[in-house]
Amino acid sequence: MSNLNSTGWERPLTRAMLSDGRPALLEDFRVGGGYEGLERALRTMRPSEVMSLITTSGLRGRGGGGYPTGRKWSTMPLGPDAPRPKYVVCNADEMEPGSFKDRYLMERNPHLLLEGMLLAGYACEADAGYIFIRDQYDAPWASLEAAIGEAEAEGLLGHDILGSGFDFRIDLHRSVGRYICGEASAMLNVLEGRRPNPRSRPPHMTGAGLFARPTVVNSVETLAAVPAIARNGIEWWQALAPAHGGGSKLFGIAGRVARPGCYELPMGTLLRDLIEVHGGGMLPGYRLRALIPGGASTSFVNAADIDVPLDFDTLREVGSRLGTGTVVTLDDATCPVGMVLNLVRFFAQESCGWCTPCREGLQWTAAILGRIEEGEGLPGDLEQLVEHAWLMGSDKTFCDLAPGAMQPLRSALRLFADDFDEHIAGRACPYGDNAAGVVANDGAGTAPEATGTTAGVDTGGSP
Amino acid sequence: MSLRDVELREIEAILGHYPDTRAAAASAMQIVQRHRGWLSDQALADVGERLGMTIAELDSLATFANMLFRRPVGRHIVLLCDTFACWSLGYAELRQAVEAALGIGMGETTPDGRFTLLPIVCLGACDRGPAMMIDADLFGPVAADDLGAIFEAYS
Repeated sequence: MSNLNSTGWERPLTRAMLSDGRPALLEDFRVGGGYEGLERALRTMRPSEVMSLITTSGLRGRGGGGYPTGRKWSTMPLGPDAPRPKYVVCNADEMEPGSFKDRYLMERNPHLLLEGMLLAGYACEADAGYIFIRDQYDAPWASLEAAIGEAEAEGLLGHDILGSGFDFRIDLHRSVGRYICGEASAMLNVLEGRRPNPRSRPPHMTGAGLFARPTVVNSVETLAAVPAIARNGIEWWQALAPAHGGGSKLFGIAGRVARPGCYELPMGTLLRDLIEVHGGGMLPGYRLRALIPGGASTSFVNAADIDVPLDFDTLREVGSRLGTGTVVTLDDATCPVGMVLNLVRFFAQESCGWCTPCREGLQWTAAILGRIEEGEGLPGDLEQLVEHAWLMGSDKTFCDLAPGAMQPLRSALRLFADDFDEHIAGRACPYGDNAAGVVANDGAGTAPEATGTTAGVDTGGSP
Repeated sequence: MSLRDVELREIEAILGHYPDTRAAAASAMQIVQRHRGWLSDQALADVGERLGMTIAELDSLATFANMLFRRPVGRHIVLLCDTFACWSLGYAELRQAVEAALGIGMGETTPDGRFTLLPIVCLGACDRGPAMMIDADLFGPVAADDLGAIFEAYS
């Protein structure tokens, strides 16, 4: 049984996925070494050894923040005197616009997430885990529910897992469907049955989180990376992408490209290769103008800057962030002001309303952008937008929602200055009624797979 | 009125997931909504009675959540993604076609009570935009010509 696909590169996140799109259940998962990382950890390692393994591996959070996973875990109180129970919460509320990777991971490889949570739970000496999953993720829910049932029946979840004495349960919890629920402390509030306003810190969640108990919150893809490290070790993990601290990552490409989809690739893959090689390049008749590299809270990257490796640090050199690593393109037929308006309206709608800059500022920003797009922009509007981008910058709001919203706006004001001027001076959107750039019915966005399937993950072609 | 047996059974089954009954609030409302179609004041009172919560406490969640309905909706919920990836891939045209096919606008219910059409933020299916959901089923990319056949499957 070869571990390699045709390119000779192992795909720890997607390898177990079946080419027909069905979820990989226990039997399929075990073929590729599933639960071997857990077995190795439970049989041969102490919890502290698992934690230092993950710390040394350099794994960083794949939900958008890039915070070192091991460092987060190590702030959990440990040992016999630590408060119990302790929790691992998986943020599976994939609601960052332009992000479409956790859906695939959970729907098609559900056991990988369970194994990752078990390892996190073992390392943090936790007792239980919750997967906080998006309301609209019915198919991923069904896959996870089936996987949990299998794992419980096989003694991989519950009491005395694999005879090790380690107890851990995992429950699914359905979100109420608002973006703010993805903010980790708001998530804990809604998990407790409260309105999901973010909490003030301190206390930190690892000190007093869910039900006021120590809680570590990790994203789906972060937890899914853990089993392969536990099974194969740090050297192997780092060799997957030697120049970029190692590891494998789910990247996505969407927009007017030939092959939109989600692809597992080495960390540090060139942005140009993601678009042109994996995504197949732009559709005929469209030119790449810019892109949002990793969700709505990341700055636009100019088309001239795509010769950059997709990594946590490298994207900062072109003024953006890796975020979730799922790229959405802006083509030359689509109005950039219209796209920014769409993004800011989203954030204005999803503000929880708790702090004033976000509640008032985002509405105001959306109103200004709206009138510019409608050809009713006023002198001074651009200056007001710049000022608002500063007023809602880092550390001026209760949580990161509004500062995230300002990232695409601030970069758009810089990159698309001529478009903003043209809208105001010409008193109209130069793209007309066609701000989203649809040229007749040109099949834009047609994926190679048929409607109603969830194909799109490159699983290397072999079942 | 109080919770029906089937509702109570389903709610009791999840209470054991949490150290505090309040944590089951959203899930309990989701369960009752699945059986009754929407959440009336009476429905909140029924849930509150079992969970030891006031109507106001439940409503602070229900009115914040976008898929807990405090007024009647159709038998099937049609969600059309309006966020930037789908927006740039033909959302406006698809919305027009959906509204024409159903004969209703955004936020409305067909007179026969079959469909309610609602906007939704990014469905996490940007690679399949423009994307749409009907109940638990995801569709994408959706072309206007597909709509007739898609809607037909939901009676």
